[in-house]
Amino acid sequence: MHIPVEGFMYPNEVELQWSVLIVLYPFITGLVAGAFILASLERVFRVDAVKPTYRLALLTALAFLLVAPLPLQLHLGHPERSLEMYLTPHRSSAMAMFGFVYLWYLTAVLLLEIWLDYRHDIVVKSQTTTGATRMIYRVLTLGSSNVSKRALHIDERLGYFITLIGIPSAFLLHGYVGFIFGSVKANPWWSSPLMPIVFIFSAMVSGIAAVMLLYMLSSRLRRRDIDLRCVDKIAQYLLYVFVIDFSLEMLDLLQRIYEADESFRSLDFMVHTRLWTSQVIIQILLGTVTPIALLALVQVLKLSDTTRKRIYSVAGCLTVIGIFAMRWNVVIGGQLFSKSFLGYTTYKMAFATREGLLTAIALMILPFGILWVLVKLLPPWPDAGSIPASGTAPAHGIS
Amino acid sequence: MDITRRRLLMLLPAAAVAWKYVQAGTPEASPNYKLTEHWWGMLIDIPKCIGCGSCVRACAEENDVPEGYYRTWIERYHVADWKIERPEVESPDGGKQGFPPNQVGGKNFFVPKLCNHCADSPCTQVCPVGATFVTPDGVVLVDKTYCLGCRYCVQACPYGCRFINPKTNTAEKCSLCYHRITKGLTTACCEACPTGARQLADLKNPQDPIHEFLRTHNVQVLKPHMATGAKVFYNGMDGSVR
Repeated sequence: MHIPVEGFMYPNEVELQWSVLIVLYPFITGLVAGAFILASLERVFRVDAVKPTYRLALLTALAFLLVAPLPLQLHLGHPERSLEMYLTPHRSSAMAMFGFVYLWYLTAVLLLEIWLDYRHDIVVKSQTTTGATRMIYRVLTLGSSNVSKRALHIDERLGYFITLIGIPSAFLLHGYVGFIFGSVKANPWWSSPLMPIVFIFSAMVSGIAAVMLLYMLSSRLRRRDIDLRCVDKIAQYLLYVFVIDFSLEMLDLLQRIYEADESFRSLDFMVHTRLWTSQVIIQILLGTVTPIALLALVQVLKLSDTTRKRIYSVAGCLTVIGIFAMRWNVVIGGQLFSKSFLGYTTYKMAFATREGLLTAIALMILPFGILWVLVKLLPPWPDAGSIPASGTAPAHGIS
Repeated sequence: MDITRRRLLMLLPAAAVAWKYVQAGTPEASPNYKLTEHWWGMLIDIPKCIGCGSCVRACAEENDVPEGYYRTWIERYHVADWKIERPEVESPDGGKQGFPPNQVGGKNFFVPKLCNHCADSPCTQVCPVGATFVTPDGVVLVDKTYCLGCRYCVQACPYGCRFINPKTNTAEKCSLCYHRITKGLTTACCEACPTGARQLADLKNPQDPIHEFLRTHNVQVLKPHMATGAKVFYNGMDGSVR
């Protein structure tokens, strides 16, 4: 495959090493961390308004976390050796340690918190259902069927404690992804101490936006009224976090422009040419400035419920697209220029290959499939608590 | 001895381990070579390089380097007058077949490149399983039977020395012809160089002429601000080289 090159690249640099799959990896882990932090708002900070999204946020985080290692696995030259990262990890490697951070987050935080939160429901279902479903729920009880008041109180206390540990863990999870890039001193586009912090805040932005959209979509599918007080609150948090995230990114940008070190001319040229559409148009203008402006508009103007819902939907979608573009610009952008700062290469995405567009699309659909199964298995909304939409009958059989 | 099903099942794992050992083969013996007595590097004498490409061809042949990838390569710099920050650089096919005639005006010179066998190598630091490592005699190597092919080391190398071998799907780079130097030979590139622009250097050997050379010449390493402890030394290197 001929790869167009402009200027001079070191001969081994022409081919890009990390493809669109590595773009998905920080994008997906970001959604996980962000969704979890939104869930913890209710649990730890007692923000009651966001309660309707608590369980949905946890299940979303789990669905995406289960998919997070797949792009990495598919990208490896020798996927059959990937377990070596756990068996014989190289302790100085950021990537090796990420495996343990991932496992910690999956098992000690997310699975445990979800299990504790759902334990009562699981026990009840294991006693009220029949056949194969009953078997599934019996397995999920893990042999613990005590739902006495005291046992549930212990669940509650323990769940609170795990959420407390979960918040720094979520920060660690995504901050660590940022560190994997930020610690590569050979690459000036990545090498920045701000990278982990920017990754954490952008993760919160994408996760909060994704759960907000999923909540609105699921309410619509279930023909239930959207709890607008809840969505207003989420949108408010989204705006605050987004402003911090954008400020950090602009701070990084200003620092680079003002310092204008040896790499600046090369990176500046790249942003004005190869990354113009994905960075300036999609990430900054469409994916950041527009949603921030829309969300801010809701804060200053008195708008009708319908208008607010529409604004939240548009802002949420643009936000998720913007954060995806940010991951793209970090991962792909960081490989388009030569470390000699004298030339540029091109990324040509394959279509139906192991690291091609089709695989990437399949990997992005997969978490939604998993979420659908999880929602069927562990319904995140108590039916009695939902408000039927005016003029429509409650949908039977949809839980 | 009767082979029962149970006994067969017990024997299979042992047989698998034994087979892996047989497949791995025996390392070539270097009876007189002591790892701790050497600390390898290389000297590149830029004014002596004529850009003939012999080193690149010799390396490719010696190490079965796939087409389009380079364990070593040559760059030609053209610096017009004072424009030291904007040199024109080219390396057609890694300089394997030499170069077209020089541009007139300004200055032209050749810079051979290879892995710098850094003492504090970023590629070794980032490898998630330790498949790339520094030997006790100072050579950075890759164990291709262990490498995951995650490409993190390729990203971490500031000099663009690494690539993924499309046949093995593992990371690859200059091994300083480790299979040769541990037997008292020099590297393939040094042997093929017609002008002596490349010289293997044993920094631990007080008899090695490198010490006299380093004392009497202005020598640099590539990208010293990266602080990687590079051990490929360049004599007569222009400030435009990166």
